[in-house]
Amino acid sequence: MGMTITEKILAKSSRRKSVVPGENIWLNVDVLMTHDVCGPPTIGIWKKEFGDKAKIWDKQKLVIFPDHYIFTKNPHANRNVEILRAFAKEYDIPNYYDVGTERYKGVCHIALAEEGYDIPGTVLFGTDSHTCTSGAFGMFSTGVGNTDAAFILGTGKIWEKVPESLLFTFEGELPQYITAKDLILRVLGDITTNGGTYRALEFNGDAVFSLSIDERMTLTNMAIEAGAMNGIIEADEIVENYIKERSDKEYEIFKSDIDAGYKAKYKYNVNEFIPLVAKPHSPDNIDTVKNVKGRKLTKCYIGSCTGGKLSDFVSAAKFIFGNEVRVPTFIVPASTYVAQQLEVETISGVTLKNVFEKAGCVIAQSSCAACLGGPMDTIGRAQDNEVIISTTNRNYPGRMGSKKAEVYLASPLTVAASALTGEITDPRDFM
Amino acid sequence: MEKSIKGKAFVLGENIDTDQIIPAEHLVYSLTDPKESQLYGKYAFSGVPLKESGLPNNNIPFVNGEELFSEYSIVIGGSNFGCGSSREHAPFALMKAGVKVVIAESYARIFYRNCVDGGFIIPYEVKEKLNKIISTNDEVEILLDENKLINHTTKKEYPLNPLGDILPILKAGNLFEYARQSGMIL
Repeated sequence: MGMTITEKILAKSSRRKSVVPGENIWLNVDVLMTHDVCGPPTIGIWKKEFGDKAKIWDKQKLVIFPDHYIFTKNPHANRNVEILRAFAKEYDIPNYYDVGTERYKGVCHIALAEEGYDIPGTVLFGTDSHTCTSGAFGMFSTGVGNTDAAFILGTGKIWEKVPESLLFTFEGELPQYITAKDLILRVLGDITTNGGTYRALEFNGDAVFSLSIDERMTLTNMAIEAGAMNGIIEADEIVENYIKERSDKEYEIFKSDIDAGYKAKYKYNVNEFIPLVAKPHSPDNIDTVKNVKGRKLTKCYIGSCTGGKLSDFVSAAKFIFGNEVRVPTFIVPASTYVAQQLEVETISGVTLKNVFEKAGCVIAQSSCAACLGGPMDTIGRAQDNEVIISTTNRNYPGRMGSKKAEVYLASPLTVAASALTGEITDPRDFM
Repeated sequence: MEKSIKGKAFVLGENIDTDQIIPAEHLVYSLTDPKESQLYGKYAFSGVPLKESGLPNNNIPFVNGEELFSEYSIVIGGSNFGCGSSREHAPFALMKAGVKVVIAESYARIFYRNCVDGGFIIPYEVKEKLNKIISTNDEVEILLDENKLINHTTKKEYPLNPLGDILPILKAGNLFEYARQSGMIL
């Protein structure tokens, strides 16, 4: 039997000819990524366990993006960034992107792509569950905890169980009111928050390969919401062109064999898709926007690794252009690059930044911000029993701050349409 | 590893995610400073809405008031326990609160790895929906060699799934000890 793209990459990384799902194998890691929340404890474990002999296996392969708790007065959070800074200095880490400097990038998963660390055929581990985002580049990427990361930091190796794969094929042409967010919400509704546990989610089909890099990252990003080990899309010309502009590293493109084994295959025709939301308090609590239309909101939020990419703001701006928002609406660019592009991209000669400002939105600095609540002074954080619609990835109780708050997850189009009315609104009503 | 672990059960529902186990605003404390790291124990399960905390009667806080430890050492959950973020602070917080074992129908991958590779708590899987059968405050005992749970309150016994491949790591203490013992690292 043939192999899936995930199996082929894991075979290469474990220096085997082939692997089968269920096998425990040791992988050679190409990139280890960490950030300000999990970096300091990872460094702590690495120092404790390796003692005086503690050595970074390959400095070029370690990438550190402070991004979670950046614009806060919380002294403990600031201490974490200081620990990273001191570590980067002591060990002369080349790929450290410090806060308060021109090198600061913002949310790690988007910065990994922008800075050319996402390379087809490679294996990337990160101390963040959304590390699966990088799978949009035809590579294996997954999240781990601090102990596993500390082990990688010292050895470059980690054990992993080869996952079974689920295949999601999206055919057809995306209607203009549908984005990748609607596709992944549909998947979550169908397989639930543990339907992907210890599995790979592979996405293909015309509709997937018609997506931009930003939109593909929305699909792979939320693979973890189904519990998946990784999300993956085979690299094509769009990926190759993207990485050639950002990296001179060599890459190898893997594709699933025709006779590869899948645990299950799902087929969708996107022409029939309608806008979806995940209702409180789980990303698999899926309903149509139409069914929850009219729910009064206290806040709208467009940001995070899932929904704060340039394409998300281009989508949102289409509706917001020339209008005013009816509830506080937060625009949080995932990366500093995206923030710069908001001043470059235009609609009818008006920059996206101006579109949002004129509409009364609050534009925040790039970071993870209120996607995960964060310290009490985090911009956009959910307070009390707020009702929020957001382009982010999780809506478990308390995820965005207050555990009394209700969070609806939706596409940037749905969130923008809702911002203009102050209640959950179907984007088709604006078309 | 002990042969038997005895304690009071704390029972929770399905899909207990890492934000409920340890809310994100607490992820800033040192994990190594003995005094500061105990705050993780204090706030363990503080994200679980009170109306869902301590089944079947609910409204039972896992940690009382300003205390730093929980009186419960065995947690019984449902399916997909530990879903959500990669924060290793989650099993660490449970350990600091005094939890020794979690029993659940299934786990999210990263949480499961973190329990084992960090050597914080033993994550047992079970086929039966024990969170519908066992009540918070029941006196329970886990017999590790026999992979069995005894409910001393109801005098009933339940089989647990063998720990399998992860047993050698748990026995060694954590992933590093395991790797040292097997000669992978010095």
